[in-house]
Amino acid sequence: MTDQTLARPGSPTTSERAGDRTAPSSAARSRRRNEILRHTGLIVFGLVMLYPLIWMAVSAFKPSHLVLTDPGIIPTELTLENFRQGWYVAGYPFVVFFGNSLVLALSSIVGNLISCSLTAYALARLNFRARKLYFGIVLVSVMLPMHATLIPQYIVFSELDLVNTFVPLVLPKFLATDAFFVFLMIQFIRGIPRELDQAAWLDGAGPFRVFWYVILPLMRPALVTTTIFTFIWTWNDFFGQLIYLTEAPVFTVPVALNALVDSQSSQGTGTLLAMSLLSLLPILCFFAFAQKHLIRGISTTGLK
Amino acid sequence: MTLTRTPVSSPPAPPAPGRPAKRRARLGRQDGAAHVFMAPWLVGLVVITLIPMIASLYLSFTDYNILSAPTFVGTENYERMLDDSRFWSSARVTLVYVLVSVPLQLAFALALALVLDKGLRGLAIYRSAYYLPSLLGTSVAVAVLWRQIFGHDGLVNHALGFFGIEGTNWLQNPSTALSTLIVLNVWTFGSPMVIFLAGLRQLPEELYEAARVDGASVLRQFMSITVPLLTPIIFFNLILQTIGSFQAFTQAHVVSGGTGGPVDSTLFYTLYVYQQAFVNFDMGYASALAWVLLAVIAVITAGHFLLSRYWVFYGDSDD
Repeated sequence: MTDQTLARPGSPTTSERAGDRTAPSSAARSRRRNEILRHTGLIVFGLVMLYPLIWMAVSAFKPSHLVLTDPGIIPTELTLENFRQGWYVAGYPFVVFFGNSLVLALSSIVGNLISCSLTAYALARLNFRARKLYFGIVLVSVMLPMHATLIPQYIVFSELDLVNTFVPLVLPKFLATDAFFVFLMIQFIRGIPRELDQAAWLDGAGPFRVFWYVILPLMRPALVTTTIFTFIWTWNDFFGQLIYLTEAPVFTVPVALNALVDSQSSQGTGTLLAMSLLSLLPILCFFAFAQKHLIRGISTTGLK
Repeated sequence: MTLTRTPVSSPPAPPAPGRPAKRRARLGRQDGAAHVFMAPWLVGLVVITLIPMIASLYLSFTDYNILSAPTFVGTENYERMLDDSRFWSSARVTLVYVLVSVPLQLAFALALALVLDKGLRGLAIYRSAYYLPSLLGTSVAVAVLWRQIFGHDGLVNHALGFFGIEGTNWLQNPSTALSTLIVLNVWTFGSPMVIFLAGLRQLPEELYEAARVDGASVLRQFMSITVPLLTPIIFFNLILQTIGSFQAFTQAHVVSGGTGGPVDSTLFYTLYVYQQAFVNFDMGYASALAWVLLAVIAVITAGHFLLSRYWVFYGDSDD
């Protein structure tokens, strides 16, 4: 503040500033009061919003009979009983479902990274006939609901005896059907200065080498965003997994959790909450360690 | 760099005939490479998207239960919808869900983004905290949590009891069950909020300074600068959330145990498609239902784009 006044000694504001200095307290105090009010409001609102999640986390460790009778978040008794009770679903330990979800998520990530980056490079950088039309198709397919293709896909996959395998869920990722990520990568590549790949062109590199040595390394942020969101969306996806995975050995976490809810007669609220909390752990970890990327990811996709 | 390049590129302008042709030839050469790069996507487009879409359209005119071959029945499936009360209730439930939850969600997102925008300390922490529900909102786990919160002995009734109000079992009551799912959708306002925040960052500070010099009030600044310049982002969020909400499934499935009850009050359209296709194995009718959903989403999206001409302000740059 003082720096600024010194830096602009001749500016018309100096006199005001000087006047301010005699009675700074009331203006400063009201600004401070505003600030405190705003923070209090935001904190209270945030707590109300997050209360259900905090409650879930605490209740998971409460004895079942206390979960519903005591809505507070300071536990009086702690136990791991809930986790023990919910650990087996349809005869399989939960770790199996975690493994399945992980395999599914990782293969989806690999599929999306390869297929979407290849497609995006061609659409963003190469010149070929009907490029605009292809780009339009990408845009439209971002908005296409999966229900339009769901039933024939299911019929074909079940004819091929691929229900209860991961193929129906992973194969589309290797064929760049997540048009959203193609779009995201196109926008990102467009932001890379063309001079860089032109220099490589002049050095005699073909489109494949330009892609591999110039574009791919430079689009790392877009690849990171794709990885994170593919993981979260696959981990959370329920509709596709519910349809294609109907036998316990191939259940993923959401499907197993749903099965646990259906068999609720024997399960208490505490057990359901414990397994729900467990199922969210990977996403919460991502949130804790990669939130900068997450926020940047949505900000940039929102802003093209 | 520019100095060396300009003389090179401008003199060869006269002998033009050879150059554009050569250039086009070079660009044309990429046709092959481009299709190699796009091969996975092109295969996917044809095999995973286009053919199934056409097949689905065909199936919608048939009676098909997977076990026996489809038989052509004309427009029977579509006529059946007209008399199908569950079709109408699922359409109504979905429309109410979209029309109520999306505007509320965007209003929360914009309001919070505005409060967080103006140089607030701890912005990153608030932003993360408010964003967290968006990440979890569509999971089965949160739907399970919602069942417990709005149950008879749930958190909500405990909180109401604190104020001396007797709550009902929100999920068992046909007149309140849908509103719990609307609350769930509004709860995930974090991701549009983050997009709004990024948009607010881009607004030129000079405009606000000029407005302040002219003595414009905060409200006036908001209505005349913030809102117009933010309309592209409002539009983007509106499209995204509308399309997403039409396809909501997990919450309704888990909260109602897959039935859409009580009394079909949470029978989302997608849940009804699911029941017809994968519970009743009435694939023909389910295909017809899916095509109606596709048509409705297409019409609404196209409508949004047409209407956007009247309220979305893209500035004068074409980028």
